[in-house]
Amino acid sequence: MNHIVHNGGLYKRPFNEAFEETPMLVAVLTYVGYGVLTLFGYLRDFMRQWKIEKCQNATEREEQKDFVPLYQDFENFYNRNLYMRIRDSWNRPICSVPGAKVDMMERISHDYNWTFTYTGRVIKDIINMGSYNYLGFAQKSGTCQEAAAKVLSQYGAGVCSTRQEMGNLDKHEELEKLVARFLGVESAMAYGMGFATNSMNIPALVGKGCLILSDELNHASLVLGARLSGATIRIFKHNNMQSLEKLLKDAIVHGQPRTRRPWKKILILVEGIYSMEGSIVRLPEVIALKKKYKSYLYLDEAHSIGALGPSGRGVVEYFGLNPEDVDVMMGTFTKSFGAAGGYIGGKKELIDYLRTYSHSAVYATSLSPPVVEQIITSMKCIMGEDGTTVGKARVQQLAENTRYFRRRLKEMGFIIYGNEDSPVVPLMLYMPAKIGAFGREMLKRNIGVVVVGFPATPIIESRARFCLSAAHTKEMLDTALKEINEVGDLLQLKYSRHRLVPLLDRPFDETTYEETED
Amino acid sequence: MDMKSLKSYLYWLYCQFELITCSYLMEPWEKVLFHSFNVAMLLAVLYSAYVFVPGHVSTALQFLLHLFGKQQDNQHVPVVK
Repeated sequence: MNHIVHNGGLYKRPFNEAFEETPMLVAVLTYVGYGVLTLFGYLRDFMRQWKIEKCQNATEREEQKDFVPLYQDFENFYNRNLYMRIRDSWNRPICSVPGAKVDMMERISHDYNWTFTYTGRVIKDIINMGSYNYLGFAQKSGTCQEAAAKVLSQYGAGVCSTRQEMGNLDKHEELEKLVARFLGVESAMAYGMGFATNSMNIPALVGKGCLILSDELNHASLVLGARLSGATIRIFKHNNMQSLEKLLKDAIVHGQPRTRRPWKKILILVEGIYSMEGSIVRLPEVIALKKKYKSYLYLDEAHSIGALGPSGRGVVEYFGLNPEDVDVMMGTFTKSFGAAGGYIGGKKELIDYLRTYSHSAVYATSLSPPVVEQIITSMKCIMGEDGTTVGKARVQQLAENTRYFRRRLKEMGFIIYGNEDSPVVPLMLYMPAKIGAFGREMLKRNIGVVVVGFPATPIIESRARFCLSAAHTKEMLDTALKEINEVGDLLQLKYSRHRLVPLLDRPFDETTYEETED
Repeated sequence: MDMKSLKSYLYWLYCQFELITCSYLMEPWEKVLFHSFNVAMLLAVLYSAYVFVPGHVSTALQFLLHLFGKQQDNQHVPVVK
């Protein structure tokens, strides 16, 4: 069902997000599958314990057998009995630049995925539906690569110091001014690692006596940063504004748990696009709530910067909001810019404070110069400052690819989660055997996909996650869709009970109500 | 031709069974164990059905007829003046 939300004029465009419910039969059969695998897991563990079978996983040493057991919890059980069986779908070694097509080293296993050997063959030109290459800047030729090569010959690759000591290059200053201009904020700071940007800067912003309101499905870096800070953490339901408002009201009314004092500050942690669900945050409502209850907003635009918005400025531009309303705008350069690292943007006082008090600034090595140049060139390309319209064309191509791909998959009858405009497309698989089968069948047909299961997702909601790119041409998408259709029929993955009427090339307007037939 | 399409359909059905019960992921000896367990259970159920179902059905029918007959007797008495 498509939710078309018009919330008192906060939204300037329709917000179409759908999470179709798991069909009951599929859920039951998934549990049956997991039950069978668990029983066989117990059998194998028994055989390993009684030395009937060779034990190939990590165990305690003989002398430590009487200590507290290390490998008896569910995570380790899952790892050696379920994950090992389908392990060949992950950690696949690629040997070319991860653009629209990628080369992969072929590997086989003779002992059921405990060890792998390379056959020596390289599988060429696999259509890459797994890399976070949203604007197609992962290239080995072009303006970005030439600029980066020039800077490499000028500055070298290593910096050998932290930002506070001797690692502050003029390139970093240039980058930060450019990022600030790109986002529309006063000032910005760049860090060497996206994960570390979150986990090392949230402790610098909040501490004990503060409250963090974090979304249910936030990324591990946000969760780690929140826990390291020592603040009180309360979770609200994913993208649910009623839940967030209730938590805010309770926080303001009741204050801190024992002393009833008011909280020092309240920080709301949300992401622009949630990469496992493909959903976009309800930013207009979050900002309205933030202003009403006088709290602060930390927006993690790891996946949405460069991928949303008419000129690629992220989720703030997508909703037509003012960047000054978001107190801390964080993002990464890994996804749309084809480089590495992260940034934080905001008011000048905030960034100046972070330059002194952030762990990342004080202890972590700064960004490598060729990487900085890649970011600068790609950002200028997106903004159109290099004199061409390549950037704008890429942003538009990504939006077209997204709409086309999502539409076609829904028409075929797969269950697709998330917002209509998000370039991350999760396709539900549910059953554990289908996770392994989907990955292998798609590789046989020369398409590389990322499949995700427990513990990154809830145990019955395993999925295949497609990441679209501006580098994908329509022919590549059509080939991929044809193969996905074939594999979907082969593995019976078309679970959706809402059949979408194929679009008749008419624009979506206020008068089209029912586009689904149940 | 029909035999071929029937055989491929049956093979496809077997593949679906393998995917749902996760025997697709099992090693050959595990598959042998799993399938023999399933076949043994199925045979046991079928044998029990063959031995007991006729007896149960006839007992149930007898009981129903007896009940229905008793009801008819009770109903006839007040109707006859």
